[in-house]
Amino acid sequence: MNGGRKSFGGGRGKGKAGAGQQGKDGQRRPMFRRRKVCKFCSDKIDDINYKDTKLLLPFVPERAKILPRRISGTCALHQRKLRTAIMRARQLALIPYTAE
Amino acid sequence: MHRKYELVYVVSPDASEDQVTELHTQVEGIVQKMGGQLEKTENWGRRKLAYEIGRHKEATYVLEVINGSGELMKEIDRRFKNIDVVIRHLVVRVDAEQAVVERTRSKRTEGSRRRRVARGLPPDRQPGEGQRGDADDDRDDRFDMTEDMR
Repeated sequence: MNGGRKSFGGGRGKGKAGAGQQGKDGQRRPMFRRRKVCKFCSDKIDDINYKDTKLLLPFVPERAKILPRRISGTCALHQRKLRTAIMRARQLALIPYTAE
Repeated sequence: MHRKYELVYVVSPDASEDQVTELHTQVEGIVQKMGGQLEKTENWGRRKLAYEIGRHKEATYVLEVINGSGELMKEIDRRFKNIDVVIRHLVVRVDAEQAVVERTRSKRTEGSRRRRVARGLPPDRQPGEGQRGDADDDRDDRFDMTEDMR
């Protein structure tokens, strides 16, 4: 019984903490998240070129899949350009299709 | 109608230097014959391939910028498909995209100049002007990425 009480006492904090990290006093506070901005907009890179592997590589992490917009924060226009650039670079074996 | 194209071809590492230059002269020949101009040639040298092609792990890359008609590029494409030492090639039309890039770039500088003049500042940024202390900001973004991937 004692153990049950204990878990109940801690449960309040813990249950909420699953959603937000600072679930103090049972109040759900949204986890702080930095606003993501498009790298190409903020750095004013107009030309996303397939020859520029240095620029493209951060957008194809380990598995060599294209990093989705939801994670990288790239805007729609630049994600589209990025995609074509990556696909062209892949054809020329500048960037891998997959990681083995 | 002349447009600007980029041709990149990947030559097998077994090919000798002479074979690479021969390919270049071949391209030059076709371009001249079909009324185009060769604007630029860039030899990137031997590079590691991102993945194995056949059994090759590295290859020589050559970039050619060509001004010419679509017919010309079609002919080059057709020829390259039949050359064995060329393991990959890519033809991309670049003039339209370059024009767009130019336009956005000039638009942006014009806009910033106009705004600066409106604020009573000289149109161009002076050296040492403006404080951007958060130069390492974009580094931090990578942590956010991994955090989100959970």
